Amino acid sequence: MITFDQVSKVYGEKAEGVKALDEVNLHVEEGEIYGVIGFSGAGKSSLIRCVNLLEQPTSGSVTVNGQNLQELSPKELREAKRNIGMIFQHFNLLNSKTVFTNVAMPLLLSKTPKKEVTKRVYELLDFVGLRDKADSYPDQLSGGQKQRVGIARSLATQPSILLCDEATSALDPDTTNAILKLLKKINQEYNITILIITHEMGVIREICDKVAVLEDGKVVESGSVFDVFSQPKTTTAHNFVSTVMHDQIPNSVYELLQKQDAQNKIYRIVFVGESTGTPLLSQIAKQYQVEVNVLFGSITELQGVPFGNLIVQFEGEEKEINRVIMHIHQQKVSVKEVLEDVG
Amino acid sequence: MLVDWQQIIEALWQTVVMVAVSLFFSALIGLVLGIILVVTRKGHLWENKYIFTVLNAIVNIFRSIPFIILMVAVIPFTRLVVGTSIGTAAAIVPMVLFAGPYIARLIENSLLEVDPGVMEAAQSMGATPWQIIIRFLIPEALSSLVLGATIATIGLVGASAMAGAVGGGGLGDLAITFGYQRFDTIVMLITVGILVVMVQGLQSTGNILSKKIRRR
Ligand SMILES: Nc1ncnc2c1ncn2[C@@H]1O[C@H](COP(=O)(O)OP(=O)(O)OP(=O)(O)O)[C@@H](O)[C@H]1O
Ligand SMILES: [Mg+2]
Repeated sequence: MITFDQVSKVYGEKAEGVKALDEVNLHVEEGEIYGVIGFSGAGKSSLIRCVNLLEQPTSGSVTVNGQNLQELSPKELREAKRNIGMIFQHFNLLNSKTVFTNVAMPLLLSKTPKKEVTKRVYELLDFVGLRDKADSYPDQLSGGQKQRVGIARSLATQPSILLCDEATSALDPDTTNAILKLLKKINQEYNITILIITHEMGVIREICDKVAVLEDGKVVESGSVFDVFSQPKTTTAHNFVSTVMHDQIPNSVYELLQKQDAQNKIYRIVFVGESTGTPLLSQIAKQYQVEVNVLFGSITELQGVPFGNLIVQFEGEEKEINRVIMHIHQQKVSVKEVLEDVG
Repeated sequence: MLVDWQQIIEALWQTVVMVAVSLFFSALIGLVLGIILVVTRKGHLWENKYIFTVLNAIVNIFRSIPFIILMVAVIPFTRLVVGTSIGTAAAIVPMVLFAGPYIARLIENSLLEVDPGVMEAAQSMGATPWQIIIRFLIPEALSSLVLGATIATIGLVGASAMAGAVGGGGLGDLAITFGYQRFDTIVMLITVGILVVMVQGLQSTGNILSKKIRRR
């Protein structure tokens, strides 16, 4: 649906310019919700703006629906943009126009018959739950309501792609969740492919299928949300994951680590999917001569799959502990000794 | 009093005509220039360094010439346009040349205040450059444009008073020839009073209109 092929973006003159994107490759499948996460200045906005050519890539190509938009005439490009909706962090609504006119705007631009415009706008306002606000002005709305207007507007031309640049970053957590639910609904009901840019890992966890981590203009890691969350490969990805997964080992546990010896070891056990349901620890306590001591644990749901993270202490003979680890491995559950220097 | 009310009303009418006609033409010129000054700037719809630089310089030159000097300097041009260099019609020409560039700057400022995010949204919807100007830029700037127009109109009232100096007629002419040169204090007070009321009225109307457009 959207393919980035070796896309680079340099602002300013080549020599002293800022390289915002550095040979980015990315592929978004039809019907997917794809998230791109990165710190401020990583190049996220530049990336998403290259999709509808608000920004021209300096090199490389972006293909949307099999079309390289850079090769289109201005007229064809405007036509193609009607297939790509976009919503913004600061909503970017017309303050001088009513909610109705704001939502109608993309249709008015293409000279859609008036009757059709009215019908479509009310349909959209119903969808985002703002029919009663049709005659209000944007400054009479809350942030969440403004974003709903932005969403309704972006859907007016029935696009097959929706671009979201930090669409929830100006909203409080509850409103963020409501907007994310709405985006999910759009994805499911209209089968619209969504590309989301964010610096909040919570957004990725809530609705994305795939994620790419952007750092200094490069995609340092990408894959399914599940894989990246359960096994982040880079430090950046790991840091983002721990902002929402709470898999950081508490300090008190670190203190225990100091006292660790052959008869007293600490492990991190990661349960995925069905294995979360098995009573692994109680089996161990019954079958082996070890004391099981749970130091820390959390279970999160990712893409509807439970994902557990336990930190346990085994006390007992070294030989016996090794047998326990063997046993865990046999259950196809990931287990790793926690050493002092790993986070 | 050396003049009768008939003369005062006639002078008031001349002032109104001078201001209204020159406002019409200078707003037209200002709107076109102002929009061009915005859209030809770097990174804008029709970025064009040459057009921008040249227009910018022309506007600055006109803005730096004092009105009284401009009035005298353009006499040949005035004659060319209206056939005479004296009278109400003749005063309108320098007034337009004075206010046009001024209004261009005011409009430029108002349009530049429009949130770039709104333009971005317009572009993402596939709006043509014209649609962006007509449907996004101008409506978003309208309330501030009205305030600008108010300031410009008041400036023109002031200029029309000075136009009296070249026999343009109007309240300013009356104030100078009778009030100032023949020491008729009453005429002076009446004309100044009318001008004050006029300016107050214009400013209040502009404020109310602008507020109404903003709807807050
Ligand atoms: N129009 C521009 N001109 C010059 N440099 C720019 C421009 N836009 C972005 N940059 C630079 O490019 C880099 C990437 O910017 P970008 O806006 O894509 O980052 P971002 O990840 O969206 O950041 P944020 O989270 O703060 O929005 C930054 O160093 C920024 O300063
Ligand atoms: Mg950004």
